[in-house]
Amino acid sequence: MPETIEKVAIRLKVNGKPHSLQVEPRKLLVELLREDLDLTGTHVGCDTTYCGACTVLMNGAAVKSCTMFAVQADGAEILTVEGLEKDGKLHPIQAAFGDSYGLQCGYCTPGLMLSTAQLLANNQQPSDAQIRKAIAGNTCRCTGYQNIFKAIQRAAQTVKGA
Amino acid sequence: MYPRAFHYHRAGSLTEAVTMLSQLGDDAKLLAGGQSLIPLMKLRFANPGHLVDLNFISGTSYIQEEDGGLRFGALTRHAEIADSALAAKIPIVHDCAAGIADVQVRNRGTIGGSLAEADPSGDWAVVLMTLATEVRCLGTNGERTVPLAGFVKDAYTTALAHDELVSEVRVKIPAKGSGGAYIAFKRSAPVYPTASAAVQLTMDGDVCKDAAIVLGCVGLTAIKVTDAEVALRGHSFTDKAIKAAMEAASAAADPQSDMRGSADYKRTLVGALVKRAIEAASHRARGEQVEVSHIYA
Ligand SMILES: Cc1cc2nc3c(=O)[nH]c(=O)nc-3n(C[C@H](O)[C@H](O)[C@H](O)COP(=O)(O)OP(=O)(O)OC[C@H]3O[C@@H](n4cnc5c(N)ncnc54)[C@H](O)[C@@H]3O)c2cc1C
Ligand code: FES
Ligand code: FES
Repeated sequence: MPETIEKVAIRLKVNGKPHSLQVEPRKLLVELLREDLDLTGTHVGCDTTYCGACTVLMNGAAVKSCTMFAVQADGAEILTVEGLEKDGKLHPIQAAFGDSYGLQCGYCTPGLMLSTAQLLANNQQPSDAQIRKAIAGNTCRCTGYQNIFKAIQRAAQTVKGA
Repeated sequence: MYPRAFHYHRAGSLTEAVTMLSQLGDDAKLLAGGQSLIPLMKLRFANPGHLVDLNFISGTSYIQEEDGGLRFGALTRHAEIADSALAAKIPIVHDCAAGIADVQVRNRGTIGGSLAEADPSGDWAVVLMTLATEVRCLGTNGERTVPLAGFVKDAYTTALAHDELVSEVRVKIPAKGSGGAYIAFKRSAPVYPTASAAVQLTMDGDVCKDAAIVLGCVGLTAIKVTDAEVALRGHSFTDKAIKAAMEAASAAADPQSDMRGSADYKRTLVGALVKRAIEAASHRARGEQVEVSHIYA
């Protein structure tokens, strides 16, 4: 087994809050979020880059945080589900998922909401096909997707109207 | 899942990355988008002792037009290519980038990493084989240009030396009257295709002047189907000519039976994909705008 591995100093912003950390290179971004920063809203489903439960935004782009090393997020801004809510008020995407019954067990939901956040940041009038494409990397084992789809349409309406 | 522990090195330039590779030796690997390498490391199928991270090198992600060709920096992400109006000048390139996996994988995965990985199910080599494509390779002794056909040697094997990397991918823009399409059959977005077909045609009215037909996921590397190209060249697209191309494709395919389907099934499937790609490509060659999408089971 390898000799001692040097830790790497990184700085990143998570949900607007700056952090300076020493991380082992093999630590995955999702583990940094969940274990070091106690942000357990980001879930691990498959751990094999398939399900999208671990999706967060890195500099505005949706990424699977189980498939990035934390050292690669050095200098980046990360948005997790905990960062969606503002001043105790749910983000329109969160509200829409609730109002449209877009979740059941909720395991996939944080990832889906962040994929939705990337979509709506760039396109407030997504077509049905664009919505489907935007969430193609997120698996839900409960809902059958129809209500998730409606939630995203509803969220687009609110975000557009805001 | 944790990969084996490794030392992390951040390259400041591509030249520095090459130097690091040559100093660190065989136990070192480059890290680009990580969308092939990290899953393999987590499963401990890959256990490098050193990773050289290319992601912090500026100026390695770009799409430029020059001398009738497009140049893609090695670290250009699939998503950047899918969203690029410049890249859409070659519609088949857009088809490829937009159809890889899902948003998250496309946001990270790179064109250079894909070609270097030479995964038998990867999309880029299949599509770029239908075009005049060159891979720029940077090593300790400087840069060289390798035509794509000579770059991919075998499954997971390229012409790169250990201390060499892909710096740029150059693709000639096809002449007017030429059009292409890429269609894959997939079980869902975040998986590799079951089979795929890339077709690039040059038309003179109704007659096919030139054709390039390449199959994906049905062999250890992309398969160029010369017999199918011959079946189309000099002909108009009668049912007979298209049937001959489909049969040639099925015959050239060399698929494995696996969880995605039996070998026989894939051979039939790839023929049908060739037919659909020919249809879309011929419309595009006539200057028509045609949306092409993969087919999801
Ligand atoms: C769920 C999922 C689904 C996928 N589906 C598809 C699909 O449908 N079609 C498809 O084509 N791909 C698919 N991929 C793979 C994806 O496109 C990868 O991004 C790609 O194969 C590798 O690119 P990368 O930049 O992520 O490379 P990495 O994973 O970083 O590296 C891959 C290999 O190439 C080497 N390397 C990286 N960059 C260079 C370079 N510039 N020069 C030399 N060597 C280099 C690395 O050392 C490593 O050995 C999928 C991946 C996942 C996780
Ligand atoms: S846990 Fe990351 S993709 Fe499933
Ligand atoms: S709500 Fe249970 S997995 Fe989606």
